[in-house]
Amino acid sequence: MKFTIGWLKEHLDTKLKDNQIIEKLTDVGLEVESYEKVSSDLDNFKVAKIINAEQHPNADKLKVCDVDIGEQNTVKVVCGATNAKKDLLTVYAGPGSVIPKNNMKLTVSKIRGVTSYGMLCSESELNLSDESDGITELKSNKYYDKVGKNFFKNNTEKVIDLSITPNRPDCLGVRGVARDLAAAGVGKLKNVSNIKIKNSGPQKIKVSITKDKNQGCTIFGSCLIKDVTNKESPKWLKDKIISLGQKPISAIVDITNYVMLDLNRPLHAYDSDKIDKEIIVRNSEKGETFEALDKKEYKLDNDMCVISDKSGVLGLGGIIGGTRSGTEFNTKNILLESAYFLPRSIRKTSKLLNIDTDAKFRFERGIDPQSIEIGLDKAAQLITKICGGKVSKFDVQSIRNVKKNKINFKISLFEKIVGFKIKDKEVIKILIDLGFEVSKKKSELQLTIPTWRPDITQPIDIVEEIVRIKGFNNIEILEPQKNKIKDTLNKQQKLFHFLQRSVASKGYFETVTWSFTDSKLNNLFKENYKEIKIVNPISSDLDVLRNSIFPNLAFYLKKNLDRGFKDISLFEIGPIFKDSKPGEQLTLIGGIKSGKISRLNWNEENRSVDVFDAKKDTIQTLVEAGYDRHNLFIREKSPSYYHPGKSGSVYLDKDDIDPVAYFGEIHPNIIKKLDIKTEALVGFEIYLDYLKDSKLKLKDSKSKFQFSDYQKSDRDFAFVVDKKFKAQDLIEIISSIDQSLIKSVKIFDVYEGENIPKDKKSIALNVTIQSSEKTLEESDLEKINKLIISTVEIKSGAKIRS
Amino acid sequence: MSDIKKIKNEFLHKLNADLNIESINQIKSELFGKKGKISNSFKNLGSLPTEERKKFASDLNFVKDELQEKINKKIQELEIKEINSKLENEKVDVTLPERNIVQGKIHPVSQVIDEISCIFSEIGFSVEEGPDVENEHYNFTALNTPDNHPARDMHDTFYLNDKKELLLRTHTSPVQVRTMLKGKPPFKIIAPGRTYRSDSDQTHAPMFHQVEGLHIDKYINMGHLKGCLNYFIKSFFEVDKIKMRFRPSHFPFTEPSAEVDIGYELKDGKIVIGEGDKWLEILGCGMVHPNVLKNVKINPDKYQGYAFGIGIDRLAMLKYGINDLRAFFETDYRWLNHFGFDPLDVPSNYRGLSR
Repeated sequence: MKFTIGWLKEHLDTKLKDNQIIEKLTDVGLEVESYEKVSSDLDNFKVAKIINAEQHPNADKLKVCDVDIGEQNTVKVVCGATNAKKDLLTVYAGPGSVIPKNNMKLTVSKIRGVTSYGMLCSESELNLSDESDGITELKSNKYYDKVGKNFFKNNTEKVIDLSITPNRPDCLGVRGVARDLAAAGVGKLKNVSNIKIKNSGPQKIKVSITKDKNQGCTIFGSCLIKDVTNKESPKWLKDKIISLGQKPISAIVDITNYVMLDLNRPLHAYDSDKIDKEIIVRNSEKGETFEALDKKEYKLDNDMCVISDKSGVLGLGGIIGGTRSGTEFNTKNILLESAYFLPRSIRKTSKLLNIDTDAKFRFERGIDPQSIEIGLDKAAQLITKICGGKVSKFDVQSIRNVKKNKINFKISLFEKIVGFKIKDKEVIKILIDLGFEVSKKKSELQLTIPTWRPDITQPIDIVEEIVRIKGFNNIEILEPQKNKIKDTLNKQQKLFHFLQRSVASKGYFETVTWSFTDSKLNNLFKENYKEIKIVNPISSDLDVLRNSIFPNLAFYLKKNLDRGFKDISLFEIGPIFKDSKPGEQLTLIGGIKSGKISRLNWNEENRSVDVFDAKKDTIQTLVEAGYDRHNLFIREKSPSYYHPGKSGSVYLDKDDIDPVAYFGEIHPNIIKKLDIKTEALVGFEIYLDYLKDSKLKLKDSKSKFQFSDYQKSDRDFAFVVDKKFKAQDLIEIISSIDQSLIKSVKIFDVYEGENIPKDKKSIALNVTIQSSEKTLEESDLEKINKLIISTVEIKSGAKIRS
Repeated sequence: MSDIKKIKNEFLHKLNADLNIESINQIKSELFGKKGKISNSFKNLGSLPTEERKKFASDLNFVKDELQEKINKKIQELEIKEINSKLENEKVDVTLPERNIVQGKIHPVSQVIDEISCIFSEIGFSVEEGPDVENEHYNFTALNTPDNHPARDMHDTFYLNDKKELLLRTHTSPVQVRTMLKGKPPFKIIAPGRTYRSDSDQTHAPMFHQVEGLHIDKYINMGHLKGCLNYFIKSFFEVDKIKMRFRPSHFPFTEPSAEVDIGYELKDGKIVIGEGDKWLEILGCGMVHPNVLKNVKINPDKYQGYAFGIGIDRLAMLKYGINDLRAFFETDYRWLNHFGFDPLDVPSNYRGLSR
């Protein structure tokens, strides 16, 4: 919503300074987006100085000038003036400028083989005088320090641009803004002039509103204006239109626009000679078409509110007019429309047809249904004044009476909601100033709501009106109450924050990426999840919700590799989507690691990252979060985007069905497809949702502190087992032989090759044995040794290596 | 001079010489060996008359201790000398780099969410969450934004089906609705999370973060709202004084509604929050609309309260001097390293929000 202070003052008597008015606008909830001059075409004309003027190589009468226009480099301008010479101060017009005299638009052009950037202007070209002989000569004593400055002063008034919230259609007109300011004490709202136009004779074009179901138009007011002379608008009107950044079209169109901006009363002018017999406001039929003023052909659906005549659709009511009945400069007779359309109908139609116009914007928010005649009157007065013509009587068709809404307002509600009190008298004054009709009954006000305020429907809206006009700064700051209803975080949230920092502490950089991704990338990682398309994606490569965290991580990993980084550890904690309903999402940690460990380190040998790095980070994170390593169980099963032989899944317990994590090297095919250039790439995923309910509070999970001071003994074993036999099973077999004696089992070597059969491997273990009751004697140790060997051999088919 | 004294003097003299470990051991055995002089003297003890025996024994023990101590000291000196001479050859260049350090980073958005949670925890708020995918009822209708309400246009919504029933939440406000539906008042919650709008340019990202706040009880009014936000902003920016301005605005789910600006000034191109005469919009808030309360089966005559929504990314930008919103989501390793936080920097009330 744009207007100038001058325009505002046509409705408001005020002594306040401009900046005070600006401040008050914001205070009452009409946010000022900007307050500045609209740039003008004349801003292109600069004071300039000729630095050098040389003879044009190919033309005797032309010169090539180097011109200082106040920028870093001079510009070359070809000039035919005899007075163009070194050191002359003159007026320069750059490419794009429009020369005032002949409305010629300048472009960069070649003149006899020399490129000229703009032009040096004569006084006549600038409409300053008739002097057309030679370029303007500026007095050096006045202009020597003005090089580069605008030659013309920008005389346009500063324009206020308000951002009007959707609940305030009344403030889409200058008068509405003035009313709010007046209520807030800025001044007095001027009365609308009582001089009504002298109209005579009937409005001869019959208007009817059909009683269709869901008819979108309830009132249609109109008048005929005969024998007008449409023309360019007078300067004052043009200036008003231009100052708002709009283009003047013709007096009739400009006047309807002006009334709309002034009173928020959209109007439409038809060339009445182009109307076939009568106006019928009705619902459209599917398949009807018409060409709108935006030069587009629209194909209508059922039940759109159209203004039509005997030949067909003229326009979409309250949205856009049609070209068939549009006014032109040669229009002689016009029909002026001032109607009320229902917001719901406007919104539905404009959405379906994807049309956005100023009128639509206003009707959709709600126009004052009582402004029909005021609008006709104001526009008709201006039209007859500027274009002449005779105005008929106003014809108002209506299928529903305007009902004024009433509210009973308990004054005490104000204090209850905002926390401070104001006098009843002040409440009443504010409401009256805003246009309410007020009658007081004890502690209650009976209010009639002004018809221009469709947003006000219940007592709480009245509270807002009073407090916004009174000023939000009157609300007292109350100290926050510290009482707690619930723990700040629940268990799952605590786990989230813990795991997040746990993973980061292992050298991973946390990233946050979109919850959506490229379907092509997503397909590599989506497994059995459903693809969830976004109907209106921001771009075609962000077209689906992610089924995995890896597509984005892989994408950005590649970007960072391309930046020259090699050893990258990234992770994200966030949602992945299983399906498209609310709640069908999982919270995951996904981490990836590329390149080498200890690259370029003088005392550590470097090696590529591998599955056991990913496994370590996964397991350590779980252990730090409180899950006992001894209960964690590893299986080979993993999603297809992992290397089939170098990946696994982690279960909180051997008997669990759902894994809580996957880890492994990323499948080489995927690395190839994504063209990721790195020595090695591993990753892991932890499913937070599956970690649920598996933890006691620390105070409950700490068991009694028990330890043994008796001597520990270590024994080493080497077993030859089938290659496929799992180390985890071997450890499990040994650990469960005698849990009271076997304290730990450590694998310190795995060997395949010479001296070992091809389908076998040798696993070397160290077993720590300790009793909590006594110092074990050699014979006890011997006994357990034998038991270990025999049990392993029986259960695993292994042979002890001698 | 008695024999003992003689022995003592003789051996002390011997021990004062520059000796190696072998010669000391030699002396040791000369004194305390099976046939050592001190050992022999003890053996002779029995042959002495009773009255002399006591004194002699005492003298002998005294000499024994003295010599023993001298020998021990001598051995210790030698050992230390030996280690020291060995160390001479064990020098390394300690200016060589240490073994590799790995330092991970926490994303500024996560850090700021922790900071926010910490601040609100202090005044009794708990954290709630809701799904990223919402249906239009929770995202709009229940929040007093029925279909055909122009306010829906203020949100450029991502839809997941053609009927426009399923969508990515455009704000964290649906969490209000979900929280109130599943519980009973009073409510005192914040809800941080991801939000989505199909809008993308220098200052808008299609995904961003908001934190919703909701406090519903019997007598919660706009003064409490002001107090809560005043406390939050001061705590978050870690300043003693702030300038705060409530501006009337409009959100369908609050009435009265306000936008909140805070005062700032530019110092060396950096935004300094607190003083200054410039205003910066940082959040929207208001009293929960009675229609919203009715929609979640709460009687608006009995209960009332406030709600607010703050852009987390924007808070992070203001506090930590980050200029570009888009960079938050571009996973530039250099950016993450620069703006990321050490994982051990957990915001807390007793150690402070930030270092």
